[in-house]
Amino acid sequence: MVRLVLAIALLVAAGTAAFAQQQPAPRVIEVNTPPLVPYRIVGNTIPEPLTAQPGDPVRGKRVVTDATNGTCVLCHAMPLPEEPNHGNIAPSLAGIGSRITVPELRLRLVDAKRINPDTIMLSYYRLHDLTRVQQQYVGRTYWAAQDVEDAIAYLMTLK
Amino acid sequence: MTRTLLLTFSFLCSALLPPLAQAQQWPLPAARFEVEGRKSGYFYLGRQTQILEDDDFQNPGMFAVEAGSALWRKVEGEAGLSCASCHNNAAVTMKGVSARYPRFDAEKGGIINLELMINREREQRMKAPPLKYESEQLIGLTAYIGYQSRGLPRAIEVAGPAAPFYEKGKEFFFQRRGLTDISCAMCHDDLAGANLRGDVISQGQINGFPFYRLQWRSMGSTHRMFEWCNTSMRAEPYPYGSEEYLNLELYVAWRGRGLPVETPAVRK
Ligand code: HEC
Ligand code: HEC
Repeated sequence: MVRLVLAIALLVAAGTAAFAQQQPAPRVIEVNTPPLVPYRIVGNTIPEPLTAQPGDPVRGKRVVTDATNGTCVLCHAMPLPEEPNHGNIAPSLAGIGSRITVPELRLRLVDAKRINPDTIMLSYYRLHDLTRVQQQYVGRTYWAAQDVEDAIAYLMTLK
Repeated sequence: MTRTLLLTFSFLCSALLPPLAQAQQWPLPAARFEVEGRKSGYFYLGRQTQILEDDDFQNPGMFAVEAGSALWRKVEGEAGLSCASCHNNAAVTMKGVSARYPRFDAEKGGIINLELMINREREQRMKAPPLKYESEQLIGLTAYIGYQSRGLPRAIEVAGPAAPFYEKGKEFFFQRRGLTDISCAMCHDDLAGANLRGDVISQGQINGFPFYRLQWRSMGSTHRMFEWCNTSMRAEPYPYGSEEYLNLELYVAWRGRGLPVETPAVRK
């Protein structure tokens, strides 16, 4: 019996090793566009937080519902009945906290076009490769680094 | 009582302003607002707004048409001429004109639209100063001339010398721009009918311009709408009457080929 378990464990280990060899290492991209905080994209994620201060979910809710600044409800339905007129362009964000990991969500918010180059979703923390930005927004992003972390903290409460 | 007054008023209007009374049959049957999958913005409106557009006595754009009709007959400039001095009855001479605009213009070596054509007539023939883009007068004249084609299908020429300008306009339409990094096509080709917050995105057709936009509580030209969409994209707009917007206007007009002229349309 002990043998069998050992054998299975060995098989699994061998399998994982073989799998790890076949699977190409996730692409790593270093993004450094001052004055933005530099960050590292690994596959479809940004593993490290952009700031040392942990995200504040209460503030994060205000960030994602700011009607003057690319609010998510332009395109997504959200479990926020007090917000009028949710868009129906994008999947609902109800339960998003159970479907997504924090590093995935971080890249999704910082620069969704790294995940899907054709998406209409806005990049909330990005300065590179933009065309003819309106003068008053040149050199600016939708959000500051702390806004990203706060938004993540809020969105992860949507279970 | 109000009704009698309205009827009397309407009778007086039709007696005083024969060109208004001779326009195309209106309202059009709903099916006419779609041609081979190309849909007018009318198609995406709530019924209340459609009714507002359908009824000349409620349509707020009709004030611009009437202002234009007065300007049509007004003598201005050193040559002592009005539009009517040369073109007489607009209902006859201007019928079908706006349906062909914008177009390639050999004299200019580029695209000319109705607004710029009106100003060329003023400067060259009437020896009058050009009207400011978006001014009540220029909106009035384009609305009045556009109205003479109401119901006629838009026939836009993009072959021959117009082709390179059409290509530039098309490129503009598909170019991502601004802080949003999105293109006209991403909304108006891919998402027509979807809800962007409280707005229903249409195909972005221009068959009803100049139009009355309830959100603006005023009339607006095609280029003002381009400016509005550009700034919603947080992209730097181009000036009214610029080559970029004229080329874009040509492409967008062609995108809506066959749609009926709807001037003055009413939109949300
Ligand atoms: C202009 C439209 C638009 C805006 C604004 C927008 N999104 Fe999106 N979003 C999309 C679309 C479309 C998708 C679908 C996938 C794709 O296109 O990449 C998406 C996908 C997502 C996903 C992945 C959903 C899933 O179920 O996997 C998340 C998470 C997300 N958005 C979060 C947000 C948040 C949070 C905001 C606001 C801070 C936001 N989005 C603003 C259009 C938008
Ligand atoms: C983020 C989405 C979005 C983008 C990008 C966008 N528009 Fe629009 N556009 C709208 C909305 C919303 C309206 C108002 C509702 C409607 O009529 O579609 C509108 C209206 C219009 C109209 C008026 C249509 C009518 O029937 O009255 C035109 C014309 C137009 N857009 C052209 C353009 C052009 C040209 C571009 C690119 C320069 C563009 N749009 C980019 C969202 C967008």
